Amino acid sequence: MKLALGPLLYYWPRQTTMDFYAAMAEEPVDVVYLGETVCSRRHELRLADWFEAAEGLLAAGKEVVLSSQSLLESESDLKTLRNLVEAGKEGRMGVEANDMGAVRLLEAAGVPFVAGPTLNIFNGHTLALLAGMGATRWVMAPEMSREQLAGVLAESPKAMETEIFVYGRLPLAWSARCFTARHFNLQKDACEFRCLAYPDGLALSTREGEPFLTLNGIQTQSAKVYNLLPELPEMEHMGVALARLSPQSEHMSEVIAQFRGYLDGKLEPGAAWNTLRTLELSEPCNGFWYGKPGLNLIE
Amino acid sequence: MSVANTMELVCPAGSLPALKAAVDNGADCVYLGFRDETNARNFNGLNFDDAAMKEGIRYAHDRRKKVLLALNTYPQSENWQRWTRAVDRAAEYGVDAIILADPGLMAYARKAHPNLRLHLSVQGSATNYEAINFYVEHFGIQRAVLPRVLSLPQVEQVIANTQAEIEVFGFGGLCVMVEGRCSLSAYATGTSPNCDGACSPAKSVRWQQTERGMETRLNGILIDRFKDDERTGYPTLCKGRFDVEGETYYAIEEPASLNTLDMLPQLMAMGVSAIKIEGRQRSPTYVSQVTKVWRAAMDACRREGEKFVPRAAWMADLNKVSEGQSHTLGAYYRPWK
Repeated sequence: MKLALGPLLYYWPRQTTMDFYAAMAEEPVDVVYLGETVCSRRHELRLADWFEAAEGLLAAGKEVVLSSQSLLESESDLKTLRNLVEAGKEGRMGVEANDMGAVRLLEAAGVPFVAGPTLNIFNGHTLALLAGMGATRWVMAPEMSREQLAGVLAESPKAMETEIFVYGRLPLAWSARCFTARHFNLQKDACEFRCLAYPDGLALSTREGEPFLTLNGIQTQSAKVYNLLPELPEMEHMGVALARLSPQSEHMSEVIAQFRGYLDGKLEPGAAWNTLRTLELSEPCNGFWYGKPGLNLIE
Repeated sequence: MSVANTMELVCPAGSLPALKAAVDNGADCVYLGFRDETNARNFNGLNFDDAAMKEGIRYAHDRRKKVLLALNTYPQSENWQRWTRAVDRAAEYGVDAIILADPGLMAYARKAHPNLRLHLSVQGSATNYEAINFYVEHFGIQRAVLPRVLSLPQVEQVIANTQAEIEVFGFGGLCVMVEGRCSLSAYATGTSPNCDGACSPAKSVRWQQTERGMETRLNGILIDRFKDDERTGYPTLCKGRFDVEGETYYAIEEPASLNTLDMLPQLMAMGVSAIKIEGRQRSPTYVSQVTKVWRAAMDACRREGEKFVPRAAWMADLNKVSEGQSHTLGAYYRPWK
């Protein structure tokens, strides 16, 4: 099973981000997803910067995929999307489609693509349609269970690669409103880029102090960290090709090492799990995989 | 001006009495669902069995009104046939259109019932014209319902760039998250709007009077706490008050209803084909009142054009039935974002 580094969901300063990807080039991840998937106002990295990061990763032998924005509202958002499709045409980097508009453009351009987690692929019929349009890989929506996955895999084309989100705060919702800006009584258009101050998102708790969600601009995430490390052998047995790890601001190398170590048979799952507990941003959960409320942890 | 003359009022029918209330008070179309998870308002006591469906269609068609069937959740591999059979029944009963979100299901409908009109549900999460045109080109959808995230100029841009008719929400409960991609309820309760057709379900709700106030919980998670002088609200997950860096407030959304009556002239002028009223969970009284006001408003707007001003009495009537007793223009008004 390959390891994929999912797109960076948070907003970091340009140098921090470039340093991060320079470091990732040395890591035992096979695929790296680049690009801004959350907010079109985030411009620390322009497209040219993402391409620069890509070159370093390609030189290190990584597969690079450019991820498109999940929520596309404006003509300017569509222009950025068209630029990604153009880059995909060259064939050196893949493109992840996170909106049906992206699928339309990629199909029209004849560019094979990754069907991203917000395309709502819940059954084999939809997956087959996307395969026909050029999808060669799909990323399962994190809310789906292993039963639902088995159902889709039973009907999916053999050549289609499956990728599962196995580690990180879960993206749960998108909005036109920016909740980070709202916290500071600012509007999205004048947000002062406050999300730069929260490299792993802004914590939201209940009125009795229980961590519940994480605010990441227009994206709302779980407070808990999804962690399916113990479930990797089962996934591999089901035919899952890639495990996606979502970047966090610190200890990413150590996180990757636990997953790679376990997959290579060099680490016991218990030991890897315990190490991850010291590196995680918060409590782990795995409810979605088991068809339960996402915040549950099924031992 | 021809589009403005034919702008439709699309009203919610959570039950047969509500359907009749909508039709009797001037709706052009009603939308409804079967009594199961094939639609995104899968709540106990709501929706139509086969007999009620047939009667509702007859009642509406006798009065030259249209019936739209919501089949807007996502079938999974193991229960696929429940949704395809629902499509077959819809065609058999003679609904005027089905409202879908799942591409696989659209392909099925296209193939099995080529003459059945398809609408793209808000659950399809199509927020731009490239996405809408994807559905037009692949499945021949004729109308798209826009998620409530676009500003007015953005809605105008969509209309200018697609052949599909555009239907927008004009009034009702506000989903602050993009419809079709929200897993908040699945995370907290295990019930998914996408697959189960419900959010923040009643079975997960608990109300508890404590010395700190009335507490509302969803699957044990404290969503809000109300003092004696505060009006309590249903614990829809995103409408609670939460703590962020020591401040307690409506961190995500205040309970308020969307109300775009002020914008009706602009919506008409830009070529919006239909106004959708949210509220299949609301009573027939709600449906009567809201339909009556919107019918009067749309007729007045047609006559008065740009000079249209919503009457105070209309706004008062709508406020009475609004969530939190207040309303908002939502994302249509850019500063809301």
